[in-house]
Amino acid sequence: MQDNGKPWSPYLAGTLSGLLAVASVLIAGKYFGASTTFVRAAGLVEQGVSTELVQTPYYLKYALEMDWQFLFLVGIVIGAFLASLSDKSFKVQKVPAMWAERFGPAWAPRAAAAFIGGVAAIYGARLAGGCPSGHGLSGLSQMSISGFLSVAGFFLGGILSARMLYGGGKK
Amino acid sequence: MTLIYGIATGLVFGFLLQKARVLRYDKQLGALRLKDMTIVKFMLSHIIVAMIGVYLLQDLGLVKLSLKGTALGANVLGGLCFGVGWGLIGYCPGTSAGALGEGRIDALAGILGMLAGASIFAHTYPWLKSTVYTWGDLGKISLPGLLGLNHWIVIAVLAVIYILTLRFIERKGL
Repeated sequence: MQDNGKPWSPYLAGTLSGLLAVASVLIAGKYFGASTTFVRAAGLVEQGVSTELVQTPYYLKYALEMDWQFLFLVGIVIGAFLASLSDKSFKVQKVPAMWAERFGPAWAPRAAAAFIGGVAAIYGARLAGGCPSGHGLSGLSQMSISGFLSVAGFFLGGILSARMLYGGGKK
Repeated sequence: MTLIYGIATGLVFGFLLQKARVLRYDKQLGALRLKDMTIVKFMLSHIIVAMIGVYLLQDLGLVKLSLKGTALGANVLGGLCFGVGWGLIGYCPGTSAGALGEGRIDALAGILGMLAGASIFAHTYPWLKSTVYTWGDLGKISLPGLLGLNHWIVIAVLAVIYILTLRFIERKGL
């Protein structure tokens, strides 16, 4: 795969990320996670439309405001942006290369798949109680049974889904 | 202060994710198509280090664990539902934010989908609570707790399994 910048070894970046996670727990008492932020953001939008919409038990469980994790996600956007500038790998891309090779370069089908996938992914993540950050990184680091079960589901479902889209067998 | 820690931690995490190239659709689908295990290398390296670090600090009384509850039905069905969606979107909730940061604007459609999905979830939660969540609700349990073993024994065994998995991946050239 063409990459103009200089990627870091995933082992090095993963190890540093693990140390960062430990420091975060020690200093801020916060474990990595991402999917709850989508609940807060959706709730904030609905609250803007009508306060009655958010009078439902799930939104009432969360304070609908920006918290540690919300800012954590904002930080990820900025950090990724700066990293991509630093090695000139920033690229405005509407359709990923692998998708274009299989389904063509049209933007609409890719956007539709990403949207539908996004709906299913967050619905599943909230049902499971976390995403690959919360259950994957944080859950498995703590050896939580919920982490092992959910991550098995993530990969099993993902492998099935990828096989349906790209077909199996062909290497 | 908590908010500043949040943005600072996210900034470094996003930087690392981008440098390892794990934010990309091609890398995420590469793993799900069992062709390119970059994201698995990143995740397992993170988990080995964080597992040892968090339990060490816990033994020293400096940090508390924050286990998520185990509910068999919700974890398994939710996990599978996430997985099917993941194959379509090609980003997870955290990496979609990072992908947007490095200019992959298809992530925006995914983020909008995730906001819609979160809203649908919030409004169907009362029904889920009386059904799926009641199936196999085991509370907050960890593997060492379930096995009744000292956590360092389980950590050592898991670390060996993870390292052997990584060695297998490297040998296969993935």
